[in-house]
Amino acid sequence: MMNRRTALRGGAAFLAGGGMIGGSSLKSLAAELVTLPFDNGERPIVKYPQKRPMIGLTSRPPQLETPFSVYNENILTPNDAFFVRYHLADIPLEIDPDKFSVEIKGKVDKPLKLSLADIKKMPSIELVAVNQCSGNSRGFFNPRVAGGQLGNGAMGNARWKGVSLKSVLDKAGVQAGAKQVTFAGMDGPVMDKTPDFTKALDIDHARDGEVMLAYAMNGQDLPMLNGYPLRLVVPGYYGTYWVKHLNEITVIDNVFDGFWMKTAYRIPDNDCACVEPGTAPKATIPINRLTVRSFITSIVDGAKVKAGAETRLRGIAFDGGKGIKMVEVSTDGGKTWRQAALGRNLGKYSFREWHLAVKLPAGEHQLKVRATSNDGKMQPLEALWNPAGYMRNVVETVRVTAA
Amino acid sequence: MKRTSTPFILAGLVAVCVGSGLVAVNAKPVTYTLPDETAVFKPGPNLEVVQNNCSSCHSSDYIKTQPEGPKFKKDFWQAEVTKMINVYGAPIEKADVDKIVEYLATTY
Repeated sequence: MMNRRTALRGGAAFLAGGGMIGGSSLKSLAAELVTLPFDNGERPIVKYPQKRPMIGLTSRPPQLETPFSVYNENILTPNDAFFVRYHLADIPLEIDPDKFSVEIKGKVDKPLKLSLADIKKMPSIELVAVNQCSGNSRGFFNPRVAGGQLGNGAMGNARWKGVSLKSVLDKAGVQAGAKQVTFAGMDGPVMDKTPDFTKALDIDHARDGEVMLAYAMNGQDLPMLNGYPLRLVVPGYYGTYWVKHLNEITVIDNVFDGFWMKTAYRIPDNDCACVEPGTAPKATIPINRLTVRSFITSIVDGAKVKAGAETRLRGIAFDGGKGIKMVEVSTDGGKTWRQAALGRNLGKYSFREWHLAVKLPAGEHQLKVRATSNDGKMQPLEALWNPAGYMRNVVETVRVTAA
Repeated sequence: MKRTSTPFILAGLVAVCVGSGLVAVNAKPVTYTLPDETAVFKPGPNLEVVQNNCSSCHSSDYIKTQPEGPKFKKDFWQAEVTKMINVYGAPIEKADVDKIVEYLATTY
């Protein structure tokens, strides 16, 4: 059976015809195309309210990728350029912040319904953290795998402000025997039989004081498509846990067995979270922390630079919360490496800027960047593979010509 | 979780239009207008069956952007259609399954 989404689509068209600014101009912008550097990588450039032109992956539900040049502009990803990922098409398009509330229920002494105003009255916390989609860069997997065929633009770094999940759980009083906490948002499926999007964290993780109910992003309200008015922020964890439009928090005394934890978003249960390409893992676990990753942002693949002159390379590095210890750059395809200087430290969950000046002799060069985190984890030179196309973190290569 | 709010159409009808589609009614409910969906299914065999079965839940670009090539033909699309039925609960009639797979395998 279908719920009200189908009717809403007609409603949206009516609204656009009723004088809403943007409708027709959005259509013409959609004619612009960009080609991501893998097979069948052609994508429209699309314009959505609250967003600058973005790379359109899908339109219903909306999935938007950040143009890569944005990562060279600012270490914090602007809200209007932040990527968008939904799973299910019944997304909220009207929210009254005065009527919005989040429910805290399940194995608690005092079930709560907190309004946005209630939450904003509580002591706030703030931190900078990377939100990266589990399937960021899936389009580069070899062999290719089914799923959202993303380039490298499903990641972003923002300053999040909100209340700690711990303080909310403490208010409700977690009962003895609690094992996990589940999270659901206002977005839901079109068909009743489609599993609703619900995620779970272990109780200790949920109470670590850093997992946050965020109402602000880079000093502003969350954009609608990034989870307005409240989203879960799970620092160091993949974006799948960062439930948008968060309105339901349930403490449970078992391990949650819903589809989006038990079946989807699983990775091979081994050190590399990888298997021989084309094979299936023997055992799997839920995806969790980001692996260490880095990019060159100041120069694009195929660029030309002046031979013998100083070329200032710049980029970003990040990991799942240990922080970045070292970034190295190779200008000879990985034979030798030089250490880059690290920029300002905005916290262990943030992008870390790096820079290095190099002089390249005339000819073609392969520039590589490799980050090491504070726990000694280093990016692999060869890409790791898993059937779902998650957690890509291979050392990236940018080819340039010096002349 | 499903919402219990008033259908947004009503609020939208009285909305004051501001900026590029983000609208505040007396600075209260925030409404959001998605751009028109432009992606369309490519012409191919059984197109109507595909439109009827697939369009309720997602736009056609979900299909168009999948990897192409000899490894992404009948078996690949059969697995995807099976997943839509078994995992996501798509109410696809048995008789339509082969038609959908034929369309997908020959069109994309």
